[in-house]
Amino acid sequence: MAKPILEVKNLNKDFKVKSRKALFAKPNAVRVLQDISFQLREGETLSIVGESGCGKTTLGRCIVRGMSASSGEVLYRTEEGVAVDFLKLKGTESKRFRKDIQMIFQDPYSSLSPRMSVFDIISEPLIANFKLSKSEVEEKVSAIAEKTGLNVSYLKRYPHAFSGGQRQRIAIARALITQPRLIVCDEAVSALDVSIQAQIINLLKDLQEQFKITYIFISHDLSIVENISDRVAVMHLGRVVELAAVDSMFKQPGHPYTEALLSAVPQPDPDLKKTRIILEGEVPNPANPPSGCHFHPRCAYKTERCIKEVPALREVGDHHFAACHYADELTLRGARNEQGTGDGQ
Amino acid sequence: MTAEAVQTQQPLLRVRDLKIRIQMDNGVMNAVDGVDFEIRKGKTLGLVGESGCGKSLTSRALLSINPKECETSGTVAYLSSSEPGAAGKPLNLLSLDPNGRQIRSIRGRKIAMIFQEPMTAFSPMYTIGNQITEAILIHRTRNKKEAKKIALEMLSKVGISDQEKRFDQYPHEFSGGMRQRAMISMALSCNPELLIADEPTTALDVTIQAQVLELMKTLQQEFGMAILLVTHDLGIIAEMCDEVAVMYLGKIVEQAPVKEIFHNPKHPYTKGLLRSMPRLGGNKSKRLDSIEGAVPIPVNMPPMCGFYERCKDRMEGICNAQSVPATQISGSHTVRCFLYSDQHGGE
Ligand SMILES: Nc1ncnc2c1ncn2[C@@H]1O[C@H](COP(=O)(O)OP(=O)(O)OP(=O)(O)O)[C@@H](O)[C@H]1O
Ligand SMILES: Nc1ncnc2c1ncn2[C@@H]1O[C@H](COP(=O)(O)OP(=O)(O)OP(=O)(O)O)[C@@H](O)[C@H]1O
Ligand code: SF4
Ligand SMILES: [Mg+2]
Ligand SMILES: [Mg+2]
Repeated sequence: MAKPILEVKNLNKDFKVKSRKALFAKPNAVRVLQDISFQLREGETLSIVGESGCGKTTLGRCIVRGMSASSGEVLYRTEEGVAVDFLKLKGTESKRFRKDIQMIFQDPYSSLSPRMSVFDIISEPLIANFKLSKSEVEEKVSAIAEKTGLNVSYLKRYPHAFSGGQRQRIAIARALITQPRLIVCDEAVSALDVSIQAQIINLLKDLQEQFKITYIFISHDLSIVENISDRVAVMHLGRVVELAAVDSMFKQPGHPYTEALLSAVPQPDPDLKKTRIILEGEVPNPANPPSGCHFHPRCAYKTERCIKEVPALREVGDHHFAACHYADELTLRGARNEQGTGDGQ
Repeated sequence: MTAEAVQTQQPLLRVRDLKIRIQMDNGVMNAVDGVDFEIRKGKTLGLVGESGCGKSLTSRALLSINPKECETSGTVAYLSSSEPGAAGKPLNLLSLDPNGRQIRSIRGRKIAMIFQEPMTAFSPMYTIGNQITEAILIHRTRNKKEAKKIALEMLSKVGISDQEKRFDQYPHEFSGGMRQRAMISMALSCNPELLIADEPTTALDVTIQAQVLELMKTLQQEFGMAILLVTHDLGIIAEMCDEVAVMYLGKIVEQAPVKEIFHNPKHPYTKGLLRSMPRLGGNKSKRLDSIEGAVPIPVNMPPMCGFYERCKDRMEGICNAQSVPATQISGSHTVRCFLYSDQHGGE
């Protein structure tokens, strides 16, 4: 079995939110990540899915140290096998690991500097971390640009002169160029048409095979998640509510929220009658979470117990974890197989 | 919907020969190269196509909000009863001063836009609530209390809870998907006649995406809102659209009612697109299909099919020797490909 590369232990993150009303003048701490724990092995892909605002980006940022967590541990194992707790590193000490870990940010528009040419944006991490001649840099930039479908003769231009999907690929090229060991991809292919999306996913997989890169793949596109992942973590309101191998989860989810997610995937067939579960009610605000199981106000299977008791994340099948009181009793619907049983009628 | 019914619907916006040229070091880039389409009242036209093919430029051109370097020509006839043009002629939006009063009164109020990147729509300096209310105050009511009430209602409709608290937060305090939803609520808050939605749900998980699409459909049914929906998600196209236009390298290469596009695609690019589509259920670990090759840059391109280099069905001496005319396959299905132009009596 591959060696571990990252271990997240009991990670919590609070944001201080000021209300402008005099009444609440003191900033409130809002917990957006609650007791997150998981392990990653080298060369593995763990996808993170979950409702908008549930804390996926925050988790990614805490891991790459773009943001400091409030408590917990983020243990990174270097190539030599030394474990380093990222949260205990002081300012410049973390610099050493920067080339090992990269993040592709969700919003390329604000993450790419508008005053740098695209060539400079892509080559910057390379120049900062390696001693290379000018022609070596050019060679590497051209190679990665071509692989990500960017036209090399365009790279002198500034980010604003690129389309949304092109900007996204610039961010991907920048992250890949140093050949990091771990990459957090935050909705990294969300703006790409299916053909280029396929090209990029294939590229990520090829690099993984060649260099044992580990991915944390944040995405709401479940068909891509199904294709790229080894394991999937489902988050809801700052917690992991299900964690399992992708096959196991998509075949037989253990949490009603996962069931709803899988059923809501739009089907690329204009004749198909919808069998989506549209969740009623609002997404709760982490500043004011519901009692008991945070999902209970929208859960079709809730009982009194769910309103009172917080369900713990526990093993409900072989390496399959879920945080629902009734995970063992419920038979939840998994992903529909397209050639499947004709339940689209 | 039958092809005839699509045909007889009154158009709200008629785009003809839209061209956008951008000056580059080595020549002029024909980023949008003669695009024609119609958007009908109460209907949804989907626009799909390769990343960088000109979808955002096209949609922004309708409101004259592209940057200066984008030289735009053609007509965008706005056939709204509330905005008549001069002397019985329809109003050509491209003929208006882009900073003038008339287009500004149309933007946001009559034609609203959801941008591909939410951060472009919000200023980091003001709270989300402030910015949405501002838009409502300009277009819909003078009453501040009422404007705030509408804003809060819209935020709740796009699934943002605790709106009162969220109202006072800044854009950076929202998650990516929440920013996108805030922008959607801003665009919808003035009941526009036409909504231009450029990848409106890319940052949304499927359950909230379903909710937002439902909301758009409801407004469409209630107020007859027309929608131009730019998306690369073919699932959303299948679910939302009446008609679909497929774009490649600045041109619309195929256009048809949604069922035609899925069941009877003609253009080799459309077929490739449908093949590349990842489907949920049993695609684990397999290599995804993609269309081989890269898109050329439309600078100094001789007249030829833009898809030629990547096309498996190309005919040398024909496809790379002249520009491709549009061929009508049936009443509502047109395609720009030489495979069909002979058979159907095109020149
Ligand atoms: N201001 C600009 N200056 C120069 N080139 C530009 C400018 N804006 C867009 N382009 C180019 O024009 C082409 C079309 O851009 P557009 O943003 O319309 O693409 P798109 O179809 O929306 O793609 P995506 O799906 O990736 O968002 C791209 O190749 C882009 O690089
Ligand atoms: N700088 C900040 N200050 C205050 N609150 C914040 C800040 N950044 C994020 N939040 C809050 O933390 C929560 C989680 O946000 P995060 O961006 O991690 O969500 P996400 O899961 O990535 O969502 P999406 O899918 O919409 O991108 C949200 O409620 C958000 O409002
Ligand atoms: S015109 Fe020729 S090259 Fe272009 S898509 Fe049709 S067959 Fe292929
Ligand atoms: Mg996010
Ligand atoms: Mg675009």
